[in-house]
Amino acid sequence: MNLNSMEFWTFFFLILTFGMYMTIAWRSRVKETKEFYVASQGVPTIANGAAVAADWMSAASFIGMAGMIAFLGSDGSVYLMGWTGGYVLLALLLAPYLRKWGKFTVPEFVGDRYNDTVRVVAAICAIVISFTYVVGQMTGGGVVFARFLGLEAHWAVIVAAVVIFFYAVLGGMKGITYTQVAQYTVLIIAYLIPAVAVSQTIGGFPVPQVTYGTILAELDALRTEFGLDRFTEAFAGRDGGQLDVFLVTLSLMLGTAGLPHVIIRFYTTKTVRGARFSAFWALFFISLLYLTAPAVGAFTKLNLLQGAQGATADELPAWIEPWADAGYVTLNVDDGSIDSVSNVAASGADLIVSNDILVLASPEISGLPAPIIGLMAAGGMAAALSTAAGLLLVISSAASHDIYYRMISKEAASEKTQMLVGRLAMTAAVIIAIFAGLNPPAFVAQVVAFAFGLAASTFFPILILGIFWKKANAKGAAAGMLTGLLFSSGYMIYTLELFGTQANEHLFNISPEGIGALGAVLNFAVTVTVSNLTRPPSVEVQEMVESIRYPAPQQLKAAGKL
Amino acid sequence: MSDVTHEGSSGTAPPPDNSWRQRYWKKNLRLMVVLLAIWFTVSFGFGIILIEPLNNIEILGFPLGLWFAQQGSIYTFVILILVYALWMDRIDNEFGVSERKGTGETA
Repeated sequence: MNLNSMEFWTFFFLILTFGMYMTIAWRSRVKETKEFYVASQGVPTIANGAAVAADWMSAASFIGMAGMIAFLGSDGSVYLMGWTGGYVLLALLLAPYLRKWGKFTVPEFVGDRYNDTVRVVAAICAIVISFTYVVGQMTGGGVVFARFLGLEAHWAVIVAAVVIFFYAVLGGMKGITYTQVAQYTVLIIAYLIPAVAVSQTIGGFPVPQVTYGTILAELDALRTEFGLDRFTEAFAGRDGGQLDVFLVTLSLMLGTAGLPHVIIRFYTTKTVRGARFSAFWALFFISLLYLTAPAVGAFTKLNLLQGAQGATADELPAWIEPWADAGYVTLNVDDGSIDSVSNVAASGADLIVSNDILVLASPEISGLPAPIIGLMAAGGMAAALSTAAGLLLVISSAASHDIYYRMISKEAASEKTQMLVGRLAMTAAVIIAIFAGLNPPAFVAQVVAFAFGLAASTFFPILILGIFWKKANAKGAAAGMLTGLLFSSGYMIYTLELFGTQANEHLFNISPEGIGALGAVLNFAVTVTVSNLTRPPSVEVQEMVESIRYPAPQQLKAAGKL
Repeated sequence: MSDVTHEGSSGTAPPPDNSWRQRYWKKNLRLMVVLLAIWFTVSFGFGIILIEPLNNIEILGFPLGLWFAQQGSIYTFVILILVYALWMDRIDNEFGVSERKGTGETA
């Protein structure tokens, strides 16, 4: 592979796609507050679905997931099921009703349904959850620039941040929605072309979802030879076994359904019906990537193990060398040949490969030409940019709309001031994220689990109860959210090395990623108990809860038939 | 989720001409419970709880439990949401609460 031509094509596709995003954002720039946050509810459902998909699939989904599955094997299903199953909950239990309620943000719904104190707590949770994600996107963007353009890591992060900043701040929700449609298109094409090619090369048939079954037996045999668990063996990849797999899957599902930057998307459809169909299109578009990811993981792992089997350092597949130069592959071949492969740096294996490179390397593995590799880089960046922009919008709306407007300047905040505060909050978030991205905290992966656990144990239960149980009240919701927050974050701090704390053993084999499910159960229980012991909400609030159940006022003509 | 979805217990009894509301809501809830039962069975049931026995069955190279965990559950999720959206269209039309005539959105 000619490195210069690869760099040329990477530049070509990055500049082409950036130019496209910026043009779209500029053309649909907005002046009204409502337009800025929810695009006047004028986005078609398919477009909105594609935007949700791009918003949802971050650098972790695009770059990291197939790699994680390659090493986790069967238990990689926690991410596959967890990050898609939540959409069923979202579509059936949340999106249509929140759309009918018709306000800008999740904290705003919470404020109307409960009270302003609960709203501020929710706004702060939304900011914390979204910010941890933004940092992950900046680092993800950095990986792409560092590998494909040879940029120095610090500059790579800063360039990514500047581009994100421009179109998020200029465009608002409408700009972001159509930009995200473009980004979804770029990222899914970039993901599927190499996957189909690998499937054809290794499996002999261009549908990866079908062919990866045919290589599983071979892969299992190879993995056994390298002293790894079989790919198809359940509960081997995670220490906690079946219970932990169950809880992690549930936490990720509940967290998915409660994440503020996904929920806000369903306010941009015109109707309740539109919200239902948006959820369908969103999961349809997401599933194209998620159904392909395990196949990519299995194929690249097979290629890697076949290439490494009994090989000396010089005999490894050619795609490995540039990644070793970039620092993502480590070789310890003192005794000549490679007998062990791992993704854990501390394992001391002969060949150590980072999770993050398997997808980005897939075009090279299947011997695709340089333009495809450039497209892959553009796809990875599209995933990182689209998610970061959606997250920044949540941060800005929570800061300006929920905290500044309600708490600090109750009467006087004009539309213009609110927009300014929102943009300042975005600016602040980007600047802090650059610093965090420049000194990547070692615990970025854990912080993602943190965000999901928090969303599951704070937002999900009080949103569900707020919609389905008229008697849920503000005291109950506040108590429930705080209980869930303290319980989940307490366990995470107890088991993880966060902010300099000591990591302790997992209790009952429950990993910190799975604790959100238990936090959610506790939150449900506390909210119900406290609501029952205190005064039910006002008749007006109960009537509002009743009214969100029906998409439109009943039309008399139709009613006459009943 | 179904344990918290009980309804109709609000202090203010709906006026008589609003009895359609309870029937509409009951139909919605019944559909939801059925779909969520399938959601749970396929993902947590086949993909996690029963994965090991199901792995003894092999189809096109896939142990069945693994297939449900990594492929089948996702196909099921997509179909469940589509069924819900389409079925709710029918219920909305039946009760005359559809938004389509008013605002003219096409999906």
